[in-house]
Amino acid sequence: MTQTTKAKRERLSPPITNVGVIGWLKTNLFSTWYNSLLTVIIVAAMSWLIPPLVRWAFIDSLWNSSAEACRDIDGACWSVIPQNIKFIFLGFFPSGQEWRPVLAMALLLGLVIYSKDRSRWKKSLAWLWLINLIIMGTLMYGGVFGMPVVETSQWSGLPLTLLLSFFGMVVAYPLGVLLALGRRSKMPAIKTLCVVYIEMIRGVPLISLLFMSSIMFPLFLPEGITIDKVLRALIAIILFTAAYIAEVVRGGLQAMPRGQYEAADSLGLNYNQTMRLIILPQALKIVIPPTVGILLSAFKDTSLVVIIALYDVLKTTMVTLSNPDWTGYSTEAYIFLATLYFTFCYAMSSYSRKLEKDLHTGH
Amino acid sequence: MKFTKTLVLVLSLSLMLVSFAYAGKDLDAVKSKGFIQAGVNGSVFGFGMPDAKGVWKGLDVDTARAIAAAIFGDASKVKFTPLTAQQRFTALQSGEIDVLTRNATRTLSRETQLGLNFVAVNYYDGQGFLISKKLGVKSAKELDGATVCVLPGTTTEQNAADYFRTNKMAWKPVVIENTSELAKTFFAGRCDVLTSDASQLAGTRAIAPNPKEYAILPEIISKEPLAPAVRHGDDQFRDIVDFSVLAMINAEELGITSKNVDEMLKSKNPAIQRFLGVSAGNGKALGLDEKWAYNIIKQVGNYGEVFERNVGVNTKLGLERGLNALWTNGGLMYSPPFK
Repeated sequence: MTQTTKAKRERLSPPITNVGVIGWLKTNLFSTWYNSLLTVIIVAAMSWLIPPLVRWAFIDSLWNSSAEACRDIDGACWSVIPQNIKFIFLGFFPSGQEWRPVLAMALLLGLVIYSKDRSRWKKSLAWLWLINLIIMGTLMYGGVFGMPVVETSQWSGLPLTLLLSFFGMVVAYPLGVLLALGRRSKMPAIKTLCVVYIEMIRGVPLISLLFMSSIMFPLFLPEGITIDKVLRALIAIILFTAAYIAEVVRGGLQAMPRGQYEAADSLGLNYNQTMRLIILPQALKIVIPPTVGILLSAFKDTSLVVIIALYDVLKTTMVTLSNPDWTGYSTEAYIFLATLYFTFCYAMSSYSRKLEKDLHTGH
Repeated sequence: MKFTKTLVLVLSLSLMLVSFAYAGKDLDAVKSKGFIQAGVNGSVFGFGMPDAKGVWKGLDVDTARAIAAAIFGDASKVKFTPLTAQQRFTALQSGEIDVLTRNATRTLSRETQLGLNFVAVNYYDGQGFLISKKLGVKSAKELDGATVCVLPGTTTEQNAADYFRTNKMAWKPVVIENTSELAKTFFAGRCDVLTSDASQLAGTRAIAPNPKEYAILPEIISKEPLAPAVRHGDDQFRDIVDFSVLAMINAEELGITSKNVDEMLKSKNPAIQRFLGVSAGNGKALGLDEKWAYNIIKQVGNYGEVFERNVGVNTKLGLERGLNALWTNGGLMYSPPFK
């Protein structure tokens, strides 16, 4: 008796409609009638859109040709990038000196990648950054070791974008934290100052700050004193970003339970110690997602310096497109730029996700 | 009340100080720093734009080089500041630049209210219309009800509005911020007409998928004398900038080019001798080296050469001389005597 039942209990494979490709399709794409309808519509749309897109972007396209050759094809003319690569990436940096900004950017990226690992966050890393920043500055400006001076007005293209965003973020972040602390301060003067500053800056768009810095501000300066154009834009970006970071950090501070403050008090910690050891580490961790959001938009906002005629990588591309040879290929150039911006932003946001995971301690 | 009055007084006084603080100092400042800071457009092909290597090219750029050649004897002693339409006059007022060579139209209000001095015109422009031949229109008077592609913010939009109103015609402006997008939109057929400065229309037509399908209408609806500008306050510097432009025109009148200028030094013609500094006088009068005009022609060229090199028929813009021909050839380019 028992034997026959056992024999009958051979493993039956599930119906073919439940496993494998068909099963997956059934559960994920055709589970209900409206999902089936959506699937059909999307597949139809994709088969209608993708082949011409692939044909345009890859099959009929030219990758490194003259502008004349591009006139005879129907596909994309990606040649607009390689043919103008020097100007798009480095702008006015003098010929023969191109290695300097390239090396400086490589140093910056290398150092950023090196700093990703949290086990390397020690005092020595700060020194490494400081030394490298001096080296990068020297490479860009020159004037020593036989490198001719390149004034900041000639810094353009990708180095300018990176410079504005890197310093914009790195200086704005601590400034924003200070402003957030100031806004929660019990001293009325400091509190009012911080509130007025934050609300004033948040009340105007970045464009108007940039206009102020480039058009109004020089008129107020005494004769003969001019402040570097790049520096003026950088300061505007820093002031703007800091105000937004301050509000995000304040959110984190408010999220801290009173018990944390009281615990710090009962340990006999003073204000500085409380903030540095107890409150800020937790508060800043909570607000990583919105902070990264602000840093990402600060990175993208640097492209607004176009309107004050600084030649960041967007402006150098636009200038290239003003050349009658290349005017027709703005789609290609802008797709390239979008990819470039996406790469940087995606790297930043995926790193922030990793950091969030690493710092997650369960409370 | 008294406080407010004092405040207003102090503010207006300090504003006056700001505007007039430069009197008579421009030339000395330029000489002591050793180069000219010139404001240029930065994205208009043929007038002021960097090429793929980052080297500045254009008619306005060469005009600035001519001024450097006159003052320093070296056309490379000039630095370029790209400026937007909004920034250009402030940059000149605030002293960020010494001279503005950025296709700016000379007008009464700019000359007076903005405290600028425009010098000799280096390009006579005017606004025109580019149409698709399919439209079957022969004159701008037939454009009633047309959709018109136009750049915002400049005088172009205003001129077009005025023109259509004066001629009692309806129009639909399609405003697009960027020159290259403007051209693309027009070629895609979103508007019937594209209006812009005539100097730009030829270039726009040249990049059309099929240039033969497009035509420029004969009407020019505005006057745009484009001239370099300096601040009020230093007349000597203004004279130098003025005569640097005129020297290029005068050289063309006299038949002096960058190629034959060395032979012309031996010319018996007193006008040429005076012009090139063989017989002294002009240089001293301007406070410059007697070779100043020679340096301009040798290093930059005469007006015709500069025109042909940057915007002429053999360039992408392919412009005819038209109004910019010498007065002897039916144009408006005319130089006062150099004596």
